[in-house]
Amino acid sequence: MIRKQERVVFTFHTTTDAMAAESLCKTLGGRMIPVPGEITADCGLAWCAEPGLEEILSDTLKTAKIPVQGVYRLMI
Amino acid sequence: MIYFDNAATTLQKPERVAQAVMEAMGTFGNPGRGVHEPAMAASRAVYDARCALAQLFRGENPARIAFTANATEALNIAIKGILNPGDHVITTAMEHNSVLRPLYELERQGVSLTTLPADRRGRVAYSDFEAAVQSNTRAIVCTHGSNLTGNLLDIGKIGTIAKAHGLSLIVDASQTAGVFPIDVQEMGIDILCFTGHKGLLGPQGTGGLYVREGVNVRPLLTGGSGVQSHSKTHPAQMPTALEAGTLNAHGLAGLNAGVRYLLETGIDIVRQKELDIMWAFYEGVKEIPGITVYGDFSQRERCPIVCLNVRDYDSSQVSDALFSQYGIATRPGAHCAPLMHDALGTGQRGAVRFSFSHYNTMEEINFAVSALREITQEE
Repeated sequence: MIRKQERVVFTFHTTTDAMAAESLCKTLGGRMIPVPGEITADCGLAWCAEPGLEEILSDTLKTAKIPVQGVYRLMI
Repeated sequence: MIYFDNAATTLQKPERVAQAVMEAMGTFGNPGRGVHEPAMAASRAVYDARCALAQLFRGENPARIAFTANATEALNIAIKGILNPGDHVITTAMEHNSVLRPLYELERQGVSLTTLPADRRGRVAYSDFEAAVQSNTRAIVCTHGSNLTGNLLDIGKIGTIAKAHGLSLIVDASQTAGVFPIDVQEMGIDILCFTGHKGLLGPQGTGGLYVREGVNVRPLLTGGSGVQSHSKTHPAQMPTALEAGTLNAHGLAGLNAGVRYLLETGIDIVRQKELDIMWAFYEGVKEIPGITVYGDFSQRERCPIVCLNVRDYDSSQVSDALFSQYGIATRPGAHCAPLMHDALGTGQRGAVRFSFSHYNTMEEINFAVSALREITQEE
């Protein structure tokens, strides 16, 4: 059985953007996951983290000018 | 064996390059095609290589670096991706066929071409660039350094001319990337094409191009991208826009190791060593009776290449004698630069090219100078 939890999910346009995001976000928390079926995204890689990290992750990506396609709250 | 054919490909690489490729072969999945650890390891390595090259060339960000199999592919993408029928383009007689042939192909499709001449020492006049600009000129395509003579072009100067006339500047850095400082932003380069297996010390089958933010290049190939799978068109975002199909991640892991070695060592140190070696060779051979050296040696900064002929011998004969009798690897013949040979007057017999690496030694140079002295004396 797969247990679902609320998570914040960031999606990207390209693998390069996703890799840039990973290099910045890995020390803040979360991990790369395949884009969940509930949402669509250009790139199949998404950064998934605990909901409480949304603000710091968003700020970090914005400051580094890494294009984010979408930010979602999902039960996954 | 003494290897003096580094302008064709560098034979000796830092040990870490082969190690990186071997490790990649055992651990990489497909980059950008999954989120499991093997795929992520490949994606991370490719991204790290983009970061290293963006740092080396001072690009705005790693996404402006797209990977190809070699400089020829990069140049084809750049040239065919921005020029349209009715456009005029300026190039030079210093160019390699990887620039000339795509341009000739476009010429047959309605692009007009001005090729700036070179003098007997292989030099192109900078004033000619300005004089060649027409109302429909779209771009300047030129090399940073001649693969035949080793002469450099001042790209910053050409970038200023291009900017003043609103032209795109496409630069072939095959002979200079990893050895000479290239600052794409400061030099006004719109597209920089490079190969991985020469001065960047990576494996063959790697190369790429930097594309300035805001410059749109039509892709040469479309297809699998790992992103936007349901779209009927290839993604427009860099670098995916110019990378259809699975990348050579194994090779790029090696290229990354080569570029990281250069960033750690410092290309100034590498270049000074190569120049010391090249100049020692030049000083050793230039006065040998019967030897003709080609190119401009009026300035210390030039590609570490010395091109020459011996008496009236065919260049192939000399190169073969150097290898079969002395174990010295050089390249004879036409060097894929027909217009440069025409300018030098070596169209018929070609020339023997000695091209150096920072791994070469002064002992090797002295041995080669002695060998040339012997070959020249033989009658």
